[in-house]
Amino acid sequence: MIKTDAIIIGAGPTGLFAVHQLGIIGLQCEVIDNLDRAGGQCIELYPDKPIYDIPAIPECTGEELTNGLLKQIKPFKTNFHLSQRVEEIKQENNLWILKTNKGNLFSAPNVIIAGGVGSFEPRKLSLKEAEKFEDSQIFYSVTNKILFKNKKISIFGGGDSALDWALELSKANEISLIHRRNDFRGAPFTLNEIKKKEKEGKIVIKTPYNLKSIEGDRTMTGIEIEHEDGKLEKIKTDYILSFFGLIMKLGPIADWGLNINKKTIPVNTETFQTNKEGIFAIGDICTYPGKLKLILSGFHEAALAARACFKRAKPNEIYKFEFTTASKNIHDRLGLKK
Amino acid sequence: MPKITYISHDGKKNTVEVLSGLSVMECALQNNIEGIDADCGGSMACATCHVYVAENWFNKIDKAQDAEQDMLDMVHEPKKNSRLSCQIIVSNELDGLEVTIPAKQT
Repeated sequence: MIKTDAIIIGAGPTGLFAVHQLGIIGLQCEVIDNLDRAGGQCIELYPDKPIYDIPAIPECTGEELTNGLLKQIKPFKTNFHLSQRVEEIKQENNLWILKTNKGNLFSAPNVIIAGGVGSFEPRKLSLKEAEKFEDSQIFYSVTNKILFKNKKISIFGGGDSALDWALELSKANEISLIHRRNDFRGAPFTLNEIKKKEKEGKIVIKTPYNLKSIEGDRTMTGIEIEHEDGKLEKIKTDYILSFFGLIMKLGPIADWGLNINKKTIPVNTETFQTNKEGIFAIGDICTYPGKLKLILSGFHEAALAARACFKRAKPNEIYKFEFTTASKNIHDRLGLKK
Repeated sequence: MPKITYISHDGKKNTVEVLSGLSVMECALQNNIEGIDADCGGSMACATCHVYVAENWFNKIDKAQDAEQDMLDMVHEPKKNSRLSCQIIVSNELDGLEVTIPAKQT
C-alpha cells in the first residue's frame, strides 16, 4: 500500500499541474494513468497540433506542453503509475483506498480526478462476433509478433499504426491491408514502402472496403469485406489486427457514487470538491456553471483543489498563502540553490 | 432561424430551430438530441459526433478537410455521406438540413 497526501487520477496537463500545485505547498502525491506515458489528450490526440491559448506561450504543440509541465514538476520527484486504471475506491475513516487493475493499492486523504473524458481504450470492431475472438485471433495492439509468423493477417485502418504493422509483418506473413477509402494517412516514406510491397505481392491492399462479417465458429477462418458499392469479397484470415485509434471511456469512475451529469462530475467552484468529501475533480471531467473545457481552466482548478487538499492532508497545520517569487519554503521545495 | 432535422438510427425525426454560426454538433447538445457524444468538445479529435448527411444536402456543405477524413476512418460504420457534425456550421443556406445519427458512436 502506497500512502501519500493526494492521489491524482490522470496525467494530462491538468493532472500534471496539480502535481506542481501540491508540490509547492508541501504535499506529496502519486499519479495514476491508463496510458503508457504522461500527457493525456495532448499527447494522445494532438501531439503535433499547435495550441494557441496557453497564457504567455503564443504557440506550442501538445507534446511541447507536456514536456514543459514534466520539467516544471521534476523537483518533486513524483511517482507515476502508468498503463493502469483505477478500478475501485473505498473509504476507510478519513482515507480513500484505491485499487488499480494491476492490483496496486494506494491510500490518501485526497483524491484528485483529472481524468479528462475518461481513460483511453482502443476503439474496437463493432461486429458482435469480434468479441468472441478478441485476444485469441483479433488484436487491437501487437505485443507478441512471433504469434503471427507465416500466417494470413488482415489489417484494418488507414493510419500510421496500420501501415507500420503491415510493413513490419509483411516480412513473414501474407498481409491484407483493408481501409474504408483510397487515401491512407501516414508518413510519405511509409506509404512508398507499402506500395513497393504491394508490387512485390507481399501486401494486398483492399480499398474502399469495410469489414462485413467474420467467419468461423470456434476458430475464425476468414472474413467478408464489403466494397463501398456493395460488392462482397471473402478473405482467408488467421488474425485480424484493427487500428482505429483510441476512444475515451469514463469507465469505473461512473460507479464510485459520484454525482455524474453527462459524463462530467459537478463540483463546487471554491474547492473543486465533488459530492464526496476528499474527492476532487478538475479539468475536462468537472462541470460547474460557466465551465470552459480549456487547459488554462484546468490549471486554475488544479491550484484551488490543491489548496483544498491541504486541510485534509495536514489537519493540524494552518495553510499560509505564499508567492513562488518570495517564499523560502517554496524555493526549498523546488530545490533552488541560492 | 434555420431548422435542422436529426433522425435517430431507428427513424425518429426531431426538428429544432438553431442559431446560425453554431455547429450541428453544438445544436444537438443544446437540444438534448441523443446519440451525439462529442467527447472532445469539437476539436476534431474523437469522432464521436458522427452523422450521415442526407444525400441531397451532402454536396451543399463545405467538403471535409483531411483531418476530418482521418477521424472519419475511425467511426462505427462509415459511409460516403459520413461527416463529423462538429465541422458542419449552420447557416441560412442549410435551413432544412437532415442528418441521421448512427446506431452508435464507438
